[in-house]
Amino acid sequence: MSAEFLKVEGLSKSFAAPRGGPPLVVFDEVNFAIGKGEFVCIIGHSGCGKSTILNILAGLDDASAGVVVMAGREIAGPSLDRGVVFQGHALMPWLTAKKNVAFAVKSRWPDAGKTRIDEICQRYLDLVGLTGAEHKKPAELSGGMKQRVGIARAFAIEPKMLLLDEPFGALDALTRGVIQDELLKICAATHQTVFMITHDVDEAMLLADKIMLMSNGPHARIAEIVQNTLPRNRSRHTIHKDPQYYPIRNHLIDFLVSRSKDFTDQPPEDYDPRHPPLVTPGLTTASALPETLISPRAAPRPVVVSMRN
Amino acid sequence: MLRSGRLAAALLSCLLFALFVAGWHVATLPGGGGQAADSEYAKLVGAAAASGQKSAMPSPKDVALKLWEHAKDPFYVRGTNDQGIGIQISYSIGRVLLGFGLAALVAIPLGFLIGMSPLLYRAFDPFIQVLKPISPLAWMPLALFTIKDSATSSIFVIFICSLWPMLINTAFGVSAVRREWLNVARTLEVSALRKAFQVVLPAAAPTIMTGMRISVGIAWLVIVAAEMLVGGTGIGYFVWNEWNNLSISNILSAILLIGLVGMLLDQILARLARAVTYPE
Repeated sequence: MSAEFLKVEGLSKSFAAPRGGPPLVVFDEVNFAIGKGEFVCIIGHSGCGKSTILNILAGLDDASAGVVVMAGREIAGPSLDRGVVFQGHALMPWLTAKKNVAFAVKSRWPDAGKTRIDEICQRYLDLVGLTGAEHKKPAELSGGMKQRVGIARAFAIEPKMLLLDEPFGALDALTRGVIQDELLKICAATHQTVFMITHDVDEAMLLADKIMLMSNGPHARIAEIVQNTLPRNRSRHTIHKDPQYYPIRNHLIDFLVSRSKDFTDQPPEDYDPRHPPLVTPGLTTASALPETLISPRAAPRPVVVSMRN
Repeated sequence: MLRSGRLAAALLSCLLFALFVAGWHVATLPGGGGQAADSEYAKLVGAAAASGQKSAMPSPKDVALKLWEHAKDPFYVRGTNDQGIGIQISYSIGRVLLGFGLAALVAIPLGFLIGMSPLLYRAFDPFIQVLKPISPLAWMPLALFTIKDSATSSIFVIFICSLWPMLINTAFGVSAVRREWLNVARTLEVSALRKAFQVVLPAAAPTIMTGMRISVGIAWLVIVAAEMLVGGTGIGYFVWNEWNNLSISNILSAILLIGLVGMLLDQILARLARAVTYPE
């Protein structure tokens, strides 16, 4: 793992105030790096600019300041190197599932023959478990299936990096679990580098190697980066039995519930936004946390901090 | 359930039609003989009306016979002022399709451009807003003066009245294409041309088709009036000619035919619109 695959330096986004006042700074001094093959989640409250960061990485939005460098090259505009899974699946309703994927595949390999394109589409639709639904239009698919088509479309172009904008936000818990498992499997098989926005702490812990915590906006920052020290072959069924599970989960929730608010106004004295601290709550002893938060009998429930951006 | 509902509706339609014909029949029964026509009116219009025996308003039977007569031989030509109703309506349909087609050729590409560019949208908007509410027939004198040909002028009038709904709907449909589909195309580095034809066009197609459907309806309304003005050929001219002949049966036959052809044109475009509509 090289820590230099994607580098974000001094990123900020601000909007001009409507009546000549000082500009509204959504976030500034955002610095982080993602290594090749790493799965990184970003968690924060609505309005801290998570989606904007993702859009800047995708090349769909411009930063007010700062640079993003991927594989040694600065990101300027959208590119086939970065596949995006959109929040609202963004499938074209007049095309079948397969043709939606084919639209992307044709963009990636314009000279590929018909059978070759069909082959690639089929492979990725099979991969996300949509065998048999290839010729259905999005309106005939359930929410979970639509999101799978979106994932297949993003994977099919074999991007160097995958950007997921809260892809499971609109799905019910059961469907979400199944697709999370599938995503985990595919990422493990393809060693895909992933940047994902989520509001779901459990989802982040299941999927991510690193979880970036953002403080509240305006002037949002990356407060700290939590290293997910749970072993990488995580599964939904056993993850909550790991002794590290509750310390990490409590740390994340503690940040979201209380610390994220104060962080922007009163950051810790030794905080340097250029080098957000990398913490490993799973490895530190859990005794420092309040008793109520670590009750081992409490069933793990997905904690959804806020529904939408 | 659905089928029996449809059957009931069809039966009710037939009943309404029968009632209408019966009412019409009763209303046009020959008068009781006692109605003496006004003497001055009799002097003006001649013997037929003076007798007061029979109104010029035809009975359903007269109209049915007239329709049968037209149906038997719709395409005869016996001089410039006596041509079959089929020929006349073909002239009208031809003009509508030509004017409408030309309008589509202009409106859809132009609407596409206007819809793609917010700058053009704002720049064109005042012109569209002023030109749109002008009655197409108001253009007629200007057309006759500049084009100097009555047949072409009526095509121009059809062109100008079909233009606006198509232009406005195309521009609106194109500008309202969902941001996320455009973002998908952007992240896939899709070329502008491919984006226009494979993303924007299918996305806006239902709105464009709605505009075309409105346009063809207006064009069909306008052609009758335009042909009454310019004369020569066409179903509008036929109606006016038969009015001068005071042949109400012919006028009623023409009215029925105008309605049927209008419905047909609308249905064709509705069918096309359904073909390009996508469920969300």
